[in-house]
Amino acid sequence: MIERTTRLSLARQVRLKLDPRSGKQMLLYPEKGLELNDTAARVAALCFEPRTVGEIVERMAAAAGAATPRAQIEDEVLAFLRALEDRGLVVVHP
Amino acid sequence: MTGTERAAERPYTLIAELTYRCPLACGYCSNPLELGRHDAELPTDDWARVFREAAALGVLQVNLTGGEPLVRADLEKLVAAARASDLYTNLITSGIPADADRLGRLAAAGLDSLQLSVQDTDPHGAVWIAGRDDMEAKRATAAATRALGLPLTLNVVLHRGNIARAAEFVALAERLGAARLELANTQYLGWALANRDALLPSRAAVDEARRVALVARDRLRGKMEVLFVRPDYHADRPRACMDGWARRYLVVTPDGVALPCHQAGELASLAGVWENVRDRSLGDLWGDGAGFRAFRGEDWMPAPCRTCDERTKDFGGCRCQAFALTGDAAATDPACALAPRHDLVVAARVRAEAASTPAAAGSSTAPLRLRRFRSAS
Repeated sequence: MIERTTRLSLARQVRLKLDPRSGKQMLLYPEKGLELNDTAARVAALCFEPRTVGEIVERMAAAAGAATPRAQIEDEVLAFLRALEDRGLVVVHP
Repeated sequence: MTGTERAAERPYTLIAELTYRCPLACGYCSNPLELGRHDAELPTDDWARVFREAAALGVLQVNLTGGEPLVRADLEKLVAAARASDLYTNLITSGIPADADRLGRLAAAGLDSLQLSVQDTDPHGAVWIAGRDDMEAKRATAAATRALGLPLTLNVVLHRGNIARAAEFVALAERLGAARLELANTQYLGWALANRDALLPSRAAVDEARRVALVARDRLRGKMEVLFVRPDYHADRPRACMDGWARRYLVVTPDGVALPCHQAGELASLAGVWENVRDRSLGDLWGDGAGFRAFRGEDWMPAPCRTCDERTKDFGGCRCQAFALTGDAAATDPACALAPRHDLVVAARVRAEAASTPAAAGSSTAPLRLRRFRSAS
């Protein structure tokens, strides 16, 4: 399972597309799509090059500002990335 | 598609049936029974326009299918046109003929993923169901797909003749490096309905295949996605066919007819209403076509669907199955245990149980009516 130290990127088959109808970012993969909320869309956009989960959390925390607890951001990032991992949409790098 | 807060009716996926020509003759094919009735295939430019119109409607994915789409000499151009409209482009193929150079050109044109059908791991079984065995071509196609870095889905249509080999299909998908395995039971419409008494498996065979699939799903989580689709004949509730009539999917046939599903052109009550993308835009057909409106929403529903709590989940089941079994496309899907004509499905089940002796499991030899393509000329 993905942890804070895991270094990962999105699998090659994943495309991110702004859905012109809903204005939401969609994660597209073979024969399916996932509509992303704003947080998930920002996390996904950070995953097109290899990064550790910790780095992603840092960047999200910097963008969110001090008002949002870091633990909450980390929980959200991990939950989203684990959901992608379950679907085989994440590549883990050594 | 998963997501939230979506419009009630919006197509996410275009199923582009590029041709009815195919090297295989599968006895469960979803193409129409009368293939020779159809006119000339849409040319490249018309498909490119269909892709643009689909994208403007909100379609995000296109499945290039058939027949066998590889027989289209312009497939590279069609892939490029789909990508030019920013559609996620899936090729649904038998992998015949295997041609690594051509797959390379398709990948260069922007192909996003490839779904490869496997009829059977047993050569005799493959010949029984499809008229020929091509496992070597499929292996070569899978290897070329993986070498190009394209995600590979393996699709196996399950029936009485191969359902005992679910574990072999899992092992094959692992060996071929598939990212996804679909073990989907036959939907008994069209050719499959004509062959139903030879194809419908017993309940015990379905349950065992499902158990194998679920074990594989847990073991392979994160590495390979394993999907199992059970036959609605062995369920108590109908399947949410196409996620609802004219709600999420659009089908365009090789000759350009726009439909809400593969089989809708066979519905007698809608004969003559279907229009062609050569004559009207896809947006007009989707929003305003008489056939698309026929079973949208809930107004058409009979009792007991009309007041059933399940109607927002199954959308009343499959209209084509209702028509094929009862002669009335607006009837409750007989797959539902609450349907007035559920007896029709129960009778087919009883025959399947009687035919599924232990000795016959996994080696069906019953006579089949194989799909035949006769050209219109």
